[in-house]
Amino acid sequence: MLRQVLLRLVTTLVTLFGVAVIVFVVIRVVPGNPVAMMLPPGAGPEDMARLQALYGLDKSIPKQFVIWLGGVVQGDFGTSITTRQPVAGLVLGRLPATLELSVMALVIAVVWGGIVALVGTRFRGGRAEAAIDVGNGIALSVPDFLWGLVLILLFGVLWPVFHISGRVSPSLDLPFVTNFYLFESVIRLRFDLWWDIVGHMLMPALALAFPLAAIVAQLLKQSLKETMHLDYVTLARTKGYGETRVILREALRNAVLPTLTLVGVQFTFLIGGTVIVERLFSYEGLGNMAIDAVINRDLPLIQGIVILFAVIFTAVNLIVDLLYAVLNPRLRHA
Amino acid sequence: MSFLRIENLSVAIRGGGPLLRRVSLEVAAGEVMALVGESGAGKSMIGKAVLGILPRAAQITEGRIWLDGEDLLALSATARRQRIGAKAALIPQDPLTALNPVRRIAPQITDRLVDILGWDRAKAEARARDLLGEVQIADPDRVMRSYPHELSGGMRQRILIASAFAAEPRLIVADEPTTALDVTVQKQILRLIRDMQARHGTALLFVTHDLGVVSKICQRLTVLYGGLVLEQTDVRAFFKAPGHPYSAALLAATPRHDDPEASLNPVPEAVIAAAQAEVAAFDRSAPHG
Repeated sequence: MLRQVLLRLVTTLVTLFGVAVIVFVVIRVVPGNPVAMMLPPGAGPEDMARLQALYGLDKSIPKQFVIWLGGVVQGDFGTSITTRQPVAGLVLGRLPATLELSVMALVIAVVWGGIVALVGTRFRGGRAEAAIDVGNGIALSVPDFLWGLVLILLFGVLWPVFHISGRVSPSLDLPFVTNFYLFESVIRLRFDLWWDIVGHMLMPALALAFPLAAIVAQLLKQSLKETMHLDYVTLARTKGYGETRVILREALRNAVLPTLTLVGVQFTFLIGGTVIVERLFSYEGLGNMAIDAVINRDLPLIQGIVILFAVIFTAVNLIVDLLYAVLNPRLRHA
Repeated sequence: MSFLRIENLSVAIRGGGPLLRRVSLEVAAGEVMALVGESGAGKSMIGKAVLGILPRAAQITEGRIWLDGEDLLALSATARRQRIGAKAALIPQDPLTALNPVRRIAPQITDRLVDILGWDRAKAEARARDLLGEVQIADPDRVMRSYPHELSGGMRQRILIASAFAAEPRLIVADEPTTALDVTVQKQILRLIRDMQARHGTALLFVTHDLGVVSKICQRLTVLYGGLVLEQTDVRAFFKAPGHPYSAALLAATPRHDDPEASLNPVPEAVIAAAQAEVAAFDRSAPHG
């Protein structure tokens, strides 16, 4: 067990190192100079050289990387070029917003997709299942940002019940000490704030959730239908159980297993999707920050954000593996 | 009085051909009835129809099934299901796939008692422990806490037998219960089923293709071909003088356990053709709607 944990840790570090190398090199090789964007018109080449030296951009890429890595090992991810603040603080300050949004989207997708899959299995072969398949097809073929636009049109413009931009109404006085607004509003029993925050988050979360919900529904339904043919399900029927009971108790937990791994992979895509969706809803998360960082060629900030995304992806995979072991008794003793 | 009575039961694939052709049979309490025939003869289909687990593609087109004097097909779906759960049980073919891999053994034995018959959980667990002892499992408490993958195939079949007898059913359908097991285990399991059946006085519908097994455990047998009953007789009479040419050929084709060197005599093509002609003649006289 300990060996597996260590092995996992080592592979994770190697992965993160690889990600760091790639992003470090790529953003320095592509055209676009952060220093040139900071200088006013009319600045001469010697001003440029002075600024480049100030940010260490005059050195070779490998040399820059070694300097950067030396800082990272000590917890220093550099300083943002545009805001002149430490990258670590900036990125970690935005992380809670993105985590809350993607977890909310995940919960919506799993609950919704799960219910759809169960209903589809219960009434398989009928019109209900056909309707579900059509709905899934539509939800899956429309990308998340387009869902975002549709939602803005419906619930922001035509029937304005939700907020279309930001994370919380600016007029509100926030007593929070962390950036996990949604979580903290519940802990502090401030449901007035909670309601406002949910009103801001619901649309981007739904936009992210729709495609994933369709995937969950489709995979789980397929998996459930296959499980329903197995011998232990048939045996349960002879015991006197009805269809719904058989699906929930005999088939569901077995059918979840093959779905779980793919949902883990799809969840990382969902987190990637926050970049555009956060921009669309002006939601102050990591994704929105990433777009600004790229536009301004804020190299240290881009690096910090990408590394953090890589850490999140690894963590998601780890959680999926642990869940799999919890749900599958055959793996528990391995 | 017969505990199970099947009258003119016909089963067909929806929009397709017939699987069972007006099968009638009776099994008395405490009696063991064998259903024999080659694969596709419809022998398993009879058991499935009785237990209400026909595949979705198949449906009963004709006939009646009486269980304990009650016309099953006249009941509502829910009532039928619960009646079957309370009075009948299945010993499945493959013990490796018939237990739910993510559930412990204890609830898989007690669930019918608790959920369908309304027993108290502690009482149901005590009953499960007794039954596991009865099927000669040495360490019932450990086994009850185990997951299926921690147990051998023979052990799992013992558990399934215990589970089938849990609610003291009056009828058990055993669908080729030894086919998936090791030869060495087959004999023990067969003896166990016979002993349990005799002790509990259960009616047993024993589906098999192995006439050698039939001679050891059954009193009467039904020979099927193409979903049609060719012969229904007493086992002793059958082994002395089978009443149908197909049955005789089937008997001759059975590998002999006492003499494995003896050559196999496959059922002659002429006999198969005659049986097929009989099925065709039945279809002409009783066309399916």
